[in-house]
Amino acid sequence: MSAFIQEHGLLFGWLTVIGQILLFTVVLLLSLAFLLLMDRKVWAAVMMRKGPNVVGPFGLLQSFADFGKFLLKEIIIPAGANKTVFLLAPILSLTLAFAAWAVIPVAPGWVVADLNVGILYLFAVSSLGVYGIIMGGWASNSKYPFLGSLRSAAQMVSYEVSIGLIIITVILLVGSMNLSEIANNQSGGFWTWHLFSFNNILLFPVMVVVFVMFFISALAETNRPPFDLPEAESELVAGYQVEYSSTPYLLFMIGEYLNIVLMCSMMTLLFLGGWHGPIPFGEEFVSNFPVWMVNLGHLAWFMAKTVFFFFLFALVKAVVPRYRYDQLMRLGWKIFLPTSLAAVFLVAGYVVYAGVQA
Amino acid sequence: MELIAFYILAAIVTVSAVAVIAAKNPVHSVLWLITAFFTSAGLLVLIGAEFLAMLLVVVYVGAVAVLFLFVVMMLDVDFVELKQGTLGYWPFAALVGVAFAAEIALVTFARSTAGDEINANPGAATNAEAIGQVMYTEYLLLFQMSGIILLVAMIGAIVLTLRHKPHVKRQNIAKQTARTRKDATRRIDVESGKGL
Repeated sequence: MSAFIQEHGLLFGWLTVIGQILLFTVVLLLSLAFLLLMDRKVWAAVMMRKGPNVVGPFGLLQSFADFGKFLLKEIIIPAGANKTVFLLAPILSLTLAFAAWAVIPVAPGWVVADLNVGILYLFAVSSLGVYGIIMGGWASNSKYPFLGSLRSAAQMVSYEVSIGLIIITVILLVGSMNLSEIANNQSGGFWTWHLFSFNNILLFPVMVVVFVMFFISALAETNRPPFDLPEAESELVAGYQVEYSSTPYLLFMIGEYLNIVLMCSMMTLLFLGGWHGPIPFGEEFVSNFPVWMVNLGHLAWFMAKTVFFFFLFALVKAVVPRYRYDQLMRLGWKIFLPTSLAAVFLVAGYVVYAGVQA
Repeated sequence: MELIAFYILAAIVTVSAVAVIAAKNPVHSVLWLITAFFTSAGLLVLIGAEFLAMLLVVVYVGAVAVLFLFVVMMLDVDFVELKQGTLGYWPFAALVGVAFAAEIALVTFARSTAGDEINANPGAATNAEAIGQVMYTEYLLLFQMSGIILLVAMIGAIVLTLRHKPHVKRQNIAKQTARTRKDATRRIDVESGKGL
């Protein structure tokens, strides 16, 4: 970016960055509207219902109707609530959820900030997400939200450990923490994707296990069913969101879904080759086209994989019953932590003694 | 540009650090502390130590401060009692303050006389590589020692809280899932009119 600024001047450089951020935000919000609908449709289909189908053709405009309704309702702040923190919590949730997207490369070069420590940045920002929930639960000054926030604090801290260790295995394979380089390390077709890693065939069983653990930890990290204990409606009404209404609730919900899509795109980048297609062909043919056209194709692959993972998230929500809290902790600390530690040892040993075939 | 960013971040760090001790509500104190941590990470990014900045956020803000907030939130705080007797600590507080001020002055003085620029990644392409080159070689002993200290602290905490209660039914998942219909149920032929 600094080279770009030197070339085009400071003002233009800043304007470009702001434009990129705006573009990312608008595209994300628009796609989120339809992903929300997809979530509800998949859920409905599993239950043999129709789901939202009234607003617009096939219910396509349902999310926009919901959006308008959320904005027009009254914001109710409980009398005993800590007003500043109460309103700060959803804003923080949403801001952090958006901030994490700054380092996600959706196509070669299409990224707001191509950080050298991109994946650490993602990990750091997603570990901050717990504050929105804790602050919201505490500031509501009410029992159920407080219990929900305590649960989520313990849960998210536990599963961050295994997510961190799993990320380390991928960093070891690539030798870089830059997300674009991680994606480019898997450019040679689906057999080079980290999920399969057929080019390092000995690692294949390790990486598959690691990927499944990452998927489950991502469910827990985003408080999705079967790990939605912070908002378990049969025990805590709605957990930390009980006292929230109207726009603050909307902010919480958008933040939550943004985090889910973020986790889906992280899985895409770390394990499924990011924007690279499953079979590399037509490179010479495509090289005649302008770069933005080629990048649109890459973007399509990226989005297809991300939406596939989102579909899996929605499916899991519909078919798996909720965990009990002690089972959740047992899974996180007694199974995932040792297994992911072992995976780090195995991958590190392989990298040192066998060397990685890119 | 960097200077402006530095002064903005430094101002935020200072204000939030003062607010940590000035806030009446302990939860607000912790929240200010988190702001201070986070903004310090921004200062680290400014000098080019982005790896350290991310680690600061991951470790201190993402893990340590969460547990801190967790504990503070559950305290039953009596504000009146808390405010009494705070003034009695001022000689001790003054001593700590003077020591800190002296240390900062000393470091500043040493830096200004040495005259070399701060280099976040000496002899390496990135910050992470620079740390990686020395961490397991030059500072191996210190690194392992800090690990052992943490291990001792962890085991100590476990020993302090571990209680073996008798007569507690424990769930053995392997045993549960290994159960079949054969060893969980049995069939009894009950003669009519007799009962069991």
